[in-house]
Amino acid sequence: MTIEEVQNEIIDEFSMFEDWEERYQYMIDLGKDLPLIDEKYKTEDNIIKGCQSKVWVHANMVDDKVNFTADSDAIITKGIIAILIRTFSNQHPAAIIEANTDFIDKIGLKEHLSPTRANGLVSMIKQLKLYAIAYQTQLS
Amino acid sequence: MLDVQNIRQDFPILNRTVNGKPLIYFDNAATSQTPQQVIDVIVDYYSNYNANIHRGVHSLSQEATDAYEQSRLKIQNHFNAKHSHEIIYTAGTTHGINLVANGFSSLLKKGDEVIVSALEHHSNIVPWQMLCERTGASLKVIPMNDHGELILSEYEALLNDNTKLVFVNHISNALGTINPIEKIIEKAHAVGAAVLVDGAQSCPHIKPDVQALDVDFYVCSAHKMCGPTGVGMLYGKEAWLNKLPPYQGGGEMIAEVSFEKTTYAGLPHKFEAGTPNICGGIAFGAALDYMNSISFDAIANYENELLDYGTSELLKIEGLKIYGTAKEKTSVISFNVGNIHPYDIGTILDKMGIAVRTGHHCAQPIMDFYKIPGTVRASFMFYNTKEEIDTFITALKKAVMMLS
Repeated sequence: MTIEEVQNEIIDEFSMFEDWEERYQYMIDLGKDLPLIDEKYKTEDNIIKGCQSKVWVHANMVDDKVNFTADSDAIITKGIIAILIRTFSNQHPAAIIEANTDFIDKIGLKEHLSPTRANGLVSMIKQLKLYAIAYQTQLS
Repeated sequence: MLDVQNIRQDFPILNRTVNGKPLIYFDNAATSQTPQQVIDVIVDYYSNYNANIHRGVHSLSQEATDAYEQSRLKIQNHFNAKHSHEIIYTAGTTHGINLVANGFSSLLKKGDEVIVSALEHHSNIVPWQMLCERTGASLKVIPMNDHGELILSEYEALLNDNTKLVFVNHISNALGTINPIEKIIEKAHAVGAAVLVDGAQSCPHIKPDVQALDVDFYVCSAHKMCGPTGVGMLYGKEAWLNKLPPYQGGGEMIAEVSFEKTTYAGLPHKFEAGTPNICGGIAFGAALDYMNSISFDAIANYENELLDYGTSELLKIEGLKIYGTAKEKTSVISFNVGNIHPYDIGTILDKMGIAVRTGHHCAQPIMDFYKIPGTVRASFMFYNTKEEIDTFITALKKAVMMLS
């Protein structure tokens, strides 16, 4: 699936929910399914700056496709990073670099995009894209 | 007795909803809300007599100057300063602290010692660290116990003839502890050290008497006491303010200027370079009028009731731990529930219209002391109610259920 197809799938899933409670409950559940980062990568270097909670991300490339693993000490943050990783994992670096993330708004999580938000969704997207840029440089 | 329902009518913002729910504002230790009486003063200023002050001969300028200086007298009166020129308008608490710290750069030398407390906000730590780096003085810290109270015997052990300055907050922003500043000041003076008290958290709840305290410097912000942001005050004893060099150069703060030499204006103007926050200063006075019309005794009594009620209701929640259990504390409750991250709780409470603070509250050393990433902090003001606390408790239980 392309990034856009995955995003549409997520939009469909969230459209089933009537209110914020169900949406957040689902996000918390998604957090529980997050592909967990190996403990050895939970280093200071892999912490995403700009989040009130701690978020660690690790990336690797297999067959020209990037895979991400992550973890956070806050459950909601874990859900958010899980959603991002689901859209970006197993994709070509160029596709990740170009991907837009407007779907966040469509699944009712717009408030997490505000710059005052301490969870740093914006920082997470930036960090995932930085990994993609690094791998893209290796490929070219 | 304080009529809270009547008081709530004064605060237009309390009528709004957040995420479809009536706003419950429990982030008062970060900033307080503004009553219509203060909003009216701000609107009146810009609608009727906005002008630059102290200089103009025209009527508007004189009206604005009168109102601004009248407000300084209100502040002087409120804090019981001996002279009105001991009241310096600042941009807020942090500005006041930096003004004093900068002034002491020229008075300290290597070997001098300055003392801060373990309970300080970053704004009352970093400027002193910078001061010590500039002067070669060393920084000592008064430790605290598990309740979040300063250990006075340790403080006394730190004092000696090299101690030049002591900085302590009146009330801790992260834990709500009321520090025994009378004793701290007395002991510091016994070794000839000056004391600066950060009153950012105390001024919304109690009325400090700077002469009775015999404090050398006292700073606070208007926005935590029903006034606007961007304005605050520094009280300094006349003798100290005369000793300190000016902080910033510019208009207002000079007597004579030539390219060879500038002589500085007297107090308070020496420390008030540039066009000040005129409207803010005037509104600050209006905020003091408003709070005094309710009376600080009534405010303290009512807020203590909210604190006791909130504390006992919160402690009924399984796994909830309160940080900061000092005997003397104000209406701030910092807590965590089990291993749930404070950020998660804050996010879910926001969905239910409840504003609390989460994180380290700009007091990382305190969080390190308790070995936690942060806390959820609910802080009450005199316009909050027990009914709001009930709704908050119900919402918190729901958040805990979702997040466990």
